[in-house]
Amino acid sequence: MWHNLVALPRYRGLIQTLVVRDLKARYRGSVLGFFWSFINPLLLLLIYNFVFSTVMPGVRPADLEPYALFMFCGILPWTWFSSSLLESSSTLLSGGNLIKKVLFPAEVLPIVTVLANMAHFFLGLPILVGFLVYYQRPLDPVELLWFPVIVLVQFVLTIGLALLLSALTVHFRDLKDLLGNLLTLWFFATPIIYPISQAPDYMRWAMNLNPMTHLAISYQEVLFYVGPHGHWRWLMSLALLAVMTFLLGYFVFDRLRDSFAEEV
Amino acid sequence: MRRRCEITPAIDVVNVSKVYRRFARQRQFATLKSALLKGSLIRDLQPDETFPALRGVSFQVPKGCTYGVIGRNGSGKSTLLKCVAGISRPSSGSITVNGRVSALIELGAGFHPEISGRENVFINGIMLGLSKKEVERRFDEIVEFAELQDFIDAPVKTYSSGMYMRLGFAVAIHVDPEVLLVDEVLAVGDQGFTLKCLDKFAEFRRKNKTILLVTHSLDLVEKFCDQALWLDKGQTRAEGESKRVVASYIIDVEKSEEQELAKAESARLAATASKTAAVAAAAEDVPSDPVTTGDAPTDMFKATEGRWGTREIEIMAVSLQGPDGQTGHVFHHGDAIRVSMTVRAHQPNKDFVFGLGIFNADGVCCYGTNTYLEEYQPDEFTGQGQVTFAVDSLQLVEGTYRLDVAAHKLDGYPYDYHRLLYTFRIKSRTKDVGIYRPAHRWEFSPGIRFKAPDAPRTF
Repeated sequence: MWHNLVALPRYRGLIQTLVVRDLKARYRGSVLGFFWSFINPLLLLLIYNFVFSTVMPGVRPADLEPYALFMFCGILPWTWFSSSLLESSSTLLSGGNLIKKVLFPAEVLPIVTVLANMAHFFLGLPILVGFLVYYQRPLDPVELLWFPVIVLVQFVLTIGLALLLSALTVHFRDLKDLLGNLLTLWFFATPIIYPISQAPDYMRWAMNLNPMTHLAISYQEVLFYVGPHGHWRWLMSLALLAVMTFLLGYFVFDRLRDSFAEEV
Repeated sequence: MRRRCEITPAIDVVNVSKVYRRFARQRQFATLKSALLKGSLIRDLQPDETFPALRGVSFQVPKGCTYGVIGRNGSGKSTLLKCVAGISRPSSGSITVNGRVSALIELGAGFHPEISGRENVFINGIMLGLSKKEVERRFDEIVEFAELQDFIDAPVKTYSSGMYMRLGFAVAIHVDPEVLLVDEVLAVGDQGFTLKCLDKFAEFRRKNKTILLVTHSLDLVEKFCDQALWLDKGQTRAEGESKRVVASYIIDVEKSEEQELAKAESARLAATASKTAAVAAAAEDVPSDPVTTGDAPTDMFKATEGRWGTREIEIMAVSLQGPDGQTGHVFHHGDAIRVSMTVRAHQPNKDFVFGLGIFNADGVCCYGTNTYLEEYQPDEFTGQGQVTFAVDSLQLVEGTYRLDVAAHKLDGYPYDYHRLLYTFRIKSRTKDVGIYRPAHRWEFSPGIRFKAPDAPRTF
């Protein structure tokens, strides 16, 4: 495992090329092309905003203004997280040709998936900046230094889960369908469209076990709430958990590696 | 011009076995949920049946050597190649490969249909282990080899399968490997492309690179490979000088073809026997017209296999003998062949003709004759005897043939007619076509010269 892990940086050229290919291929043939990376999160935001401002205006907390910005702080990283997992669960199967016919480091595939979605996440950031400017939100530059740290933690955590899922899906194909529903539940169990303060007290411990809770809160603390980033202890413990998840994911992936060429 | 291979091995395979796991039917549909519910997650990941694809295979390919791997379908050739390429790992044993490897297993395996050929060349090259700079340096050469200058910026999904393969091959071959692994890729593509590939391989040989070639084309192995390995059911059957290995492989293939033909023939005879017996039993009460006993066909040229006749003279058995006098079903073109019928007259008979017809797989009669046509006047036949049709040199092209044999009256009234019941196969080194090969030779005026053949050509 360590041997393979150490060899991983050698594939950065390959990973880079494949990420670029993924990004290029995704919108090839569509009229708006790359703009979809901006438009997709925007549309999603509009839908949620419509639901909580027009359809059910009483549900959202009154003091959370601007609500759209609050949601956007959570939705953007969540989209990165959830589509990474969903896509990586099928990435080994759809890349079966590579694994079976070419000498190819299989772990590159889920990593590329996570990175390509991260690129979409970054492309969505200008919209977030637009919102911040529009609402004239004050941003503390010192607090903004936390932002890359949060992204890094999420990145490591997502890669760990993606490796785990992609390897297991080769053996249990129905994991993919299961995951789709699980992610919907996970979304609502994470304080993205509501603040954590609104969650009932008896559920608090369960929500604290959810790593995405702390990521969402961290993003909100840095980008939405005024005042210092008070969640950093949680974030640091999460960083530790993320590294452990990555190692576990890589371990499982490495153990199952030899079966891929036969099972996909 | 057979070159000598160097001593240092480029590929060293030591006692390699590969076991594929097979999962029972209900396991195949096992889900994670059910596995968790039953607590059998670990157990479900264990195979309950195994299939050995390779069993203790060992060989060395010296550097600069072209090495062929032959064997029947399912003998483990491709598995071996995948193990050498490092795509799958052997269950036991070790494989050492010295130098950069490129595997031509599936051409263009990593192409993405939506993006252009140009981008795909870069991505594919990087996948195969080149750096971006290295691809850049070889780019023009690759495109030229693939003959895709005009289309290189079109998305790959618009390519024809031939263009796709050419591009895949061009990239793989320009990786400039020290060890090239080739799996039957020459079977695809048009003739021009195949020739181009062969030229490229020849260039590789000149540069003293190592090639491991898995193929069904024995010609290619003989012409091209210095050494060869014959795999049979995952085991090494023979290894060494390619001509010798190919020769012993051909003998074995013929032997099993022989068994196959013999089995099919006895099954056919048994089926016909039971059918005629049934018809005979049904016809016993009404011995009206013996000619129609059995299933005498109305159109002799469209008839399918069968047997009919009154059996006043009965053909008891038919056998074919090759030049060595052995009964068999597989012969070589030009062999001396004898078709022997064991016949019996139940009563002394004065009106009899023996005949024979050879049909090819399309049902075309290649040759037919009988004793009456060749002006043998019947005198008398009593008891049991042998009729033999002997050919000194059977000039048929390669293929599978069927035999008609018959005993009948001068006016055609059938005693015993065996229609297409016997099969034999002709093997030939020459892949000429048609239904008839006249004994021939070519003559050329002095201005027309050919390179000296490997072996003297006599037909």
